[in-house]
Amino acid sequence: MTGPSTGPPALRMANIEMRFGRVQALRNINLEVGQNEVVGLIGDNGAGKSTVVKILTGVFGPTAGSISVNGSDVDLGKYSVKEARRLGIETVYQDKSLAEKQMLWRNFFVGREISGRFGFISVKREKEIARQIMIDKIGFRGAGITVDSRVSKLSGGERQGVAIGRAMHFEANLIILDEPTVALSLKEVARVLTFVRQIREAGKSCVYISHNIAEVYAVSDRFVVMDRGQIVTNVEKRNMSLEDLNAFLLSYAYGTTRGIGEPPNTDSGGE
Amino acid sequence: MTMQRFLRIEGLPMFGVLVALYGFFILTAPNVFTGRRIYMSFLQTVPPMLVLALGLTLVITAGEIDLSFASTVAFSGLCFAWAYRNVDGPIGVWVALVAALLAGALVGYVNGLLIARVGVPSIMATLAAGFFWSGVTVLLAGGLSWSIRDIQDDLAHSIFTGRLFDLVPAQALWSLGLAVVLWFVLNRHRFGEAIMFIGDNVNVARVVGVNVAATKIKLFTLNGVIAGFAGVLLTIELHTFWPTQGRGYLLLALAAVFIGGTSIAGGEGTVVGTLFGAYIIGSLEAGVVATGVDGYWTSLITGLVMGASVVLNIVIGGGSLARLTESLRSWGSSSSTEHDAGDLLEEASARAAESPGVEP
Repeated sequence: MTGPSTGPPALRMANIEMRFGRVQALRNINLEVGQNEVVGLIGDNGAGKSTVVKILTGVFGPTAGSISVNGSDVDLGKYSVKEARRLGIETVYQDKSLAEKQMLWRNFFVGREISGRFGFISVKREKEIARQIMIDKIGFRGAGITVDSRVSKLSGGERQGVAIGRAMHFEANLIILDEPTVALSLKEVARVLTFVRQIREAGKSCVYISHNIAEVYAVSDRFVVMDRGQIVTNVEKRNMSLEDLNAFLLSYAYGTTRGIGEPPNTDSGGE
Repeated sequence: MTMQRFLRIEGLPMFGVLVALYGFFILTAPNVFTGRRIYMSFLQTVPPMLVLALGLTLVITAGEIDLSFASTVAFSGLCFAWAYRNVDGPIGVWVALVAALLAGALVGYVNGLLIARVGVPSIMATLAAGFFWSGVTVLLAGGLSWSIRDIQDDLAHSIFTGRLFDLVPAQALWSLGLAVVLWFVLNRHRFGEAIMFIGDNVNVARVVGVNVAATKIKLFTLNGVIAGFAGVLLTIELHTFWPTQGRGYLLLALAAVFIGGTSIAGGEGTVVGTLFGAYIIGSLEAGVVATGVDGYWTSLITGLVMGASVVLNIVIGGGSLARLTESLRSWGSSSSTEHDAGDLLEEASARAAESPGVEP
């Protein structure tokens, strides 16, 4: 795979606005993710990245605007988490992908259980498939973790692996990773980045959200920078080096930071 | 079966406590506890409280609380007695049953709306509801209790509170049946899975597609219906409705759930534990009195048993003992696979970092 392929974009958000009461959280968001493209979404806390994710995944409905998936328009009136999943949009969150006290097999299937007519879960089949995902798709290496383990027994990287494996199992076409590496050790971060490359090799699209510019740079084809509810930059990786991107973000922070906070630390390059 | 899996059998610790408790009573009050009458009387007195505790188990697993169930027992008892007195013929008692269950559903549904749609914390919403419906009941009943003595001759009386083979109280079987149904609902049904995920982490539940508000409304409505059923059992058994009935169950049912091992933190609940917890709580008073100790000791001993049970559950459940055996097991099994030593150390330390309290 060399990069994005042609065809209708995996996702297009057009003129999205979002208000919470009097607060305008998002203003005129136009975001496109091509087939088999990895888009890095960058921005400070409060820039609106998470709101974009929640709209994409059907948690919130936007105040205005439209979304199309693989070229066909989405009915935002009926859009929901279930509908987003049906359209092949899966999300891996920093900390809310998996429920701690629940067993792994439940976490794989919650929300789309394999169940009979009366809603009773087929535990045996769910466990069997969960086991396959863990071994085949994520390559879990034993060490006392089974599908009956509780999530609290897993390390942070393993958790993200499970969430990504789950997304891939359900044939996601677009996988959104929302700060998947926060609070992970370096080795675990490397593991997660490998998962992202696997997503790309499998021909899927991805939106990768992180504070860590170096990480985003390493895995993305294109960068979208958000600030205070707006998209301020949209640039291809081939048109910008990591140094340039860093310099740009710093200059941007200088140029638009208002008020009297601490002056930004110019040495904090890669972080 | 390994020791660890054995300890994880649902409700086992509380079954142990129950057996130990009866063992103690047999030793200290043999003349009472070697006959079957005392046990038959427990099977008669515990079920209404058990029924309440079973419903409550699901609510607490969802990370919520319901303090209105005791008033629901009175309100639905009122509706039952009223319908029974006012609808003639053999159909009357069934109309009364439906009326009582609907009354419970109404209480629960209003709770659910307040909690899930308006966003009132369940402890406040249901505390207010408890006072409100209790007040409604007293007002409608004019502060009086109503006798429905005719119900003794009714088929429903034998169905719900009769004696199977002249021995086992029917309400014991009804409550046991309810426990079985609710076990499957909680552990094997999508609804139960939604309850556990909501109690565990409501944000996770939301992003994996659980309809949190709808689930909570259904849950509180279900709990209302269950409390209504407890009210029916009580009213039929005593063939009397009185406006404060059920009030004494409030703390007992809560205690039964917590003794059983369901965590107040939500996300995990044990129906089997609640079953044993209810019988532990329900046996204490009679047992303590039968041993010859002054009846004033009952509350103190209930507190001790409850404290000991909760500690036992923490030690055996996801607590320190489980963590200890778990880490021993993972050390044992990972040394038998062919990782290199560096990997092994990494994994072990990563895991140790995840479980505070156990040093590698």
